[in-house]
Amino acid sequence: MKFIKSYLIPRIIQYLYMVVIGITLIFLIPRLSPVDPVEQILNTRLRIQSTTPEAILKIREVMEELYGLKGSLWEQYINMWKRLLKGDFGPSIVYYPAPVIVLIRNSLPWTIGLLTLTTLISWFMGLVLGTFLGYSKKSSLSRIWTAVFMAINPVPYYIFALTLLLLFCYVIPIFPLGGGFSVGQRVALTWSFIKDVIKHGTLPALSLIILGLSGWSLGTKILVQNLSEEDYVVYAQMMGLSDQKILYSYVLRNAMLPQITGLGLSLGGIFGGAMMTEILFTYPGIGTLAYNAVRANDYNVMIAISFFSIIAVATALLILDLLYPLIDPRIRYR
Amino acid sequence: MRKLMYSLSELWEDPKFKYSSIVLGLLIFISILSYFSPYDPYKWYLLPTNQPPSLRHILGTDGKGQDIFWVLSFSLRNSLMLAVVAAVVSRVIALLVGILSGYLGGAVDRLLMALTDTFIVMPVFPLLLLLSSLIKNYLTPPVLGLIVGVFSWSGDARVVRSMVLSLREREFMITSKFSGMTVKEVIVGDLIPYLLPIISGGFIGSMMGAIGFEVVLSILGFVRVETPTLGSMFHWMINFQAMLLGYWWWVLTPIVTAILLFTALYTLSLSVNEYLDPRTRVQRIVVVK
Repeated sequence: MKFIKSYLIPRIIQYLYMVVIGITLIFLIPRLSPVDPVEQILNTRLRIQSTTPEAILKIREVMEELYGLKGSLWEQYINMWKRLLKGDFGPSIVYYPAPVIVLIRNSLPWTIGLLTLTTLISWFMGLVLGTFLGYSKKSSLSRIWTAVFMAINPVPYYIFALTLLLLFCYVIPIFPLGGGFSVGQRVALTWSFIKDVIKHGTLPALSLIILGLSGWSLGTKILVQNLSEEDYVVYAQMMGLSDQKILYSYVLRNAMLPQITGLGLSLGGIFGGAMMTEILFTYPGIGTLAYNAVRANDYNVMIAISFFSIIAVATALLILDLLYPLIDPRIRYR
Repeated sequence: MRKLMYSLSELWEDPKFKYSSIVLGLLIFISILSYFSPYDPYKWYLLPTNQPPSLRHILGTDGKGQDIFWVLSFSLRNSLMLAVVAAVVSRVIALLVGILSGYLGGAVDRLLMALTDTFIVMPVFPLLLLLSSLIKNYLTPPVLGLIVGVFSWSGDARVVRSMVLSLREREFMITSKFSGMTVKEVIVGDLIPYLLPIISGGFIGSMMGAIGFEVVLSILGFVRVETPTLGSMFHWMINFQAMLLGYWWWVLTPIVTAILLFTALYTLSLSVNEYLDPRTRVQRIVVVK
């Protein structure tokens, strides 16, 4: 009971105000900017065809209706909330009249499939490798790996992915050049389709895993390195506990806490998509959708993606906070 | 000043610091050269296009008829400026929010921390895309730096706040308060000196983040790519299919520069953080005669 009152309820309140402030910011940013989106769309549309002034007025009115720009600021704000709670983000401008929510529903599985897998794999491998690197930092094997990771880590993602692409699609063509699946393949749950998806997803996944792995393992290494100089570790060593026991039940348990928060944040960040990856490998996910939306000034899509990103990150943090007592005994007993 | 010189000479012993400061020095020197450039970076087709490196144009010319070396020097200047603006803005906000919320406590603390938590979960990338689609033509390097700075202070504000919370209980703070110093004097005189190392440690990381952001946005074409920056060099290189056409000097210049810049900043941050960390400092103690 005390747990619910002093831990659960404050967390849920925090979650709610995070989401509310975030969405309010999304609402305010386009309205504070000096450019009127309706005006922008009108400009691009009217460049191609000529219309009478009455028709333009009519178009503007419809546009304002679609974007939720009618009425005073406060009315717009209330209306936005009403629409968001119903899951109505209006129609997309590029794929008119497809509703935004359908577009997102179509591209979300691709992004989630790719990024959840790569994030989890690189996080787990990074944790294991980083613990090894930090604990046996004097061994030559550890030094070599640290040097390799330190060389990979600051390389900009674009360059790294492009090198992989050139190497494995052009010099040694073992992977297809891009796309989520082969042209002509039907989206269905058949074995040949799944095989095709895996074959197309390997290279983007590889690029994300290698870079992610180097980041996670270097981070873990520093944590473990600092932790293994703590008094309790020295004490455990003096007690004659085996290295394995010290590593797993003393050092890793403590090193995991910040890394788990990091994992939660990056899992929540998945929703924003890995735009660079998806564009380089022409992968049909959220990143590609966002890219096309920005290029075509498709605000409804942009706002929907930002909205879901905020919800995803905040929810990931909430879930983490709720799981924390299981991992960290200090919170459980407080 | 003497203390600073001493720290620098101590840092110089570190090979990581030596490497990064030499590379960074070289890149900064190239960026300063842009003030003496014979060409206007906004004018195209001033020179024959796609010439390989020669004595006249040491890095060759690109498909836009510009000398790649001089474009590079303008690009470095703009990219570094953007990075410094972003880092300074995010540091200042982090300091301000952290100190105010840690020192004043109470309702101010709760309000500011609510804001900080929200900014931690704010997905910067989609928001920046939203912004860039609206004000693409206003997104010059300093403006972009400002925006990146405004969205990247939250983590450090929390660190500053927790530092202030522990500093507030220390004896010298109480002494200052009882001796009649105003809040402003206490903050400037007592708090800031303790917080500066922490804040400057994140400075380089923040710079790297900003440069990386600009590169991504420019490659995608979401900022003003007419302004020469590191990212816009990539943008034009890709747009003109330089890789397919085999103009290696045009392809390699931004790639090598980016890798040099990022590795230099990264190793610099490692070495400075190691230097500032009291735990590793103990290992370095030597008797000064």
